Amino acid sequence: MNRSELTFIERLYIFEALKGILLTSRHFFWNLFLHTTHLFGLLKNKSAAVTVQYPDEIRPYAPRLRTRHHLVPRADGSPRCVACMLCETVCPAKCIYIIAGEHPDPNVEKVAKRFDLDLGKCVYCGFCVEVCPEDAIRMDTQIMNIAAYSREEMLLDINELLRPGSRKQS
Amino acid sequence: MPILKIDGKDIEVPVGTSIIEAAKKAGIEIPHYCYHPGLSVAGNCRMCLVEVEKFPKLQISCYTPVTEGMVVHTQSERVKDAQQAVLEFLLVNHPLDCPVCDQSGECELQNYYMKYGLYDSRLMEDKVKKHKAVSIGPTVMLDGERCVLCSRCVRFCDEVTHTHEMGIVNRGDRAEIEVAPGKEVDNDYSGNVVDICPVGALTDKDFRFKCRVWFLAQTPSVCPGCSRGCNIEIHWNKERPYQTPGERVMRLKPRFNADVNKFWICDEGRYNYHWIDQGRLLKPMQKRRGVPHEVSWEEAFGTLSGLFLRPQEMGVIVSTDMTNGDLAMAQQLFVSELKVKNVAYQWIRKSGKEDELLMKADKTPNTRGAQALGFEDRSGEIYEQIEKGQIKILFLFGHNLMEILGKDQAEKMRSHLETLVILGPHAHEGINLADWALPSAVYAEKNGTFTNFEGRVQKISKAFPPMGMAKSEREILKEMARQAGIHINLTV
Repeated sequence: MNRSELTFIERLYIFEALKGILLTSRHFFWNLFLHTTHLFGLLKNKSAAVTVQYPDEIRPYAPRLRTRHHLVPRADGSPRCVACMLCETVCPAKCIYIIAGEHPDPNVEKVAKRFDLDLGKCVYCGFCVEVCPEDAIRMDTQIMNIAAYSREEMLLDINELLRPGSRKQS
Repeated sequence: MPILKIDGKDIEVPVGTSIIEAAKKAGIEIPHYCYHPGLSVAGNCRMCLVEVEKFPKLQISCYTPVTEGMVVHTQSERVKDAQQAVLEFLLVNHPLDCPVCDQSGECELQNYYMKYGLYDSRLMEDKVKKHKAVSIGPTVMLDGERCVLCSRCVRFCDEVTHTHEMGIVNRGDRAEIEVAPGKEVDNDYSGNVVDICPVGALTDKDFRFKCRVWFLAQTPSVCPGCSRGCNIEIHWNKERPYQTPGERVMRLKPRFNADVNKFWICDEGRYNYHWIDQGRLLKPMQKRRGVPHEVSWEEAFGTLSGLFLRPQEMGVIVSTDMTNGDLAMAQQLFVSELKVKNVAYQWIRKSGKEDELLMKADKTPNTRGAQALGFEDRSGEIYEQIEKGQIKILFLFGHNLMEILGKDQAEKMRSHLETLVILGPHAHEGINLADWALPSAVYAEKNGTFTNFEGRVQKISKAFPPMGMAKSEREILKEMARQAGIHINLTV
């Protein structure tokens, strides 16, 4: 790559720093001026810079955005999931762990006794949602802040997946 | 022998062969549900239709014998149309159960739909409802809706076991598989109806919801349940071990062998696998002041090879559960090299259930192999000599003295011995008597051969590594011999 040689003035650094401060200040005062005039209903056609105060303020996400997973419940609150293990099979990150059990209703037959999802491994590809024949898993919770202090906390169990956000954060 | 042409290939087969068998011989697959080579021909599923030249209509290939100069087409448009139509008909009342069905992944309806169906559903009516998840015996579950009424299970109970428990009742689309009133599918071979069911109508209770079939690995082996030596496949959970913690083997399935077991195995053999993963001895143990301590293999080999200096005080009791390779190693080491006089096999489980089909009374797999290698059933003499004090060191392979002799007698026997070494896969109560307990591998964890009651030598393959620190008997013996400076020219 060809880099142009720095001139003597540039190499002095102080003038370049001042130039930067000037640029930042210009934006700051110009936006301050615009926001102030907007308060009085003036200059509405000129837009001012916007900052979202995350996490106090959260911008609405697009509904199709793949966010944290959630298991869809039946009317009685039990999961729709029938433990067919297709999501577990298709998952490229191998982050879903299901153990199947017997459902008392012979028309349902099979139910997930355990359904764990390791967010530390998940790559948010959405294959699990696409492959599910029962529409039992969705990625529509709009929860994006999944950070945790330990690997264990990244593991979501069936209760947390059925009722997103119900788990106590340590 | 008639020569016929199937899809342009000339094939010569014996008189009376059906077209489906002739095609199989030529490597041409004809889809079928009701036809099973081990059963009589029913000809009711109509899936195996083929076009035969000079016949006005399509013919079922399972029931049409070949004739000289016959010209058969299995891939023509008429055949393909018929196959699709038959499949659509069979699937009319079939529920969308695949997510909860244990057959899914090895289901012929799924396979044939992808191969010969691929039509869009035209069904506007409601599907007929039938009984679901009905227990029809100690091992079998029935789902009436999934059944395609091929009648394989009915024919199996009529022709192979002659127990006649099953039948088809009602007519038309309400026809259903039923068990005879007051009866259960409870014979010694009931698990086979699950194998031959081409769909998910009959499923195994033992395997129910344990694992999806596509997570299973298959290893060919031989059933160690009796001296018949039925060929089996070990299906074990390779990919998802957390689903069945502590259990590797998921099920055993029969493997076709025309000379031994044909397509079948008995239930005794089929469900005889839980011991592979349960109650195992995981580490070499040495008893010090009455308390068992874990030791390393090196320690065990080092100390035990010292015992080989006293072969005249030694007794060896091998087991007919061991493979020929393990027995040969024991024979080489104790008989040929050390010249131990008191070497025998203990014949346990020798009088079980026997029938004309498969089951043999001798419930150990390798009695003939042990006899062929020169071992004799003289364990009684060895016990006598122990009581007389002539034998001070006993090498025991897998046996539980508490079970063989009873608790008091076993403890008495123990007090006469200086050193008792037990090589075995399981931590049974008799292990507590041993000074040295060395963990050995079970048949699923090693390569080798078993000799069945007819003298047929059959190969078993290693499915997975031995549990814990276990090693096969021949590895243990060879290493002990090496430490004692004895070279045995057998590979392990």
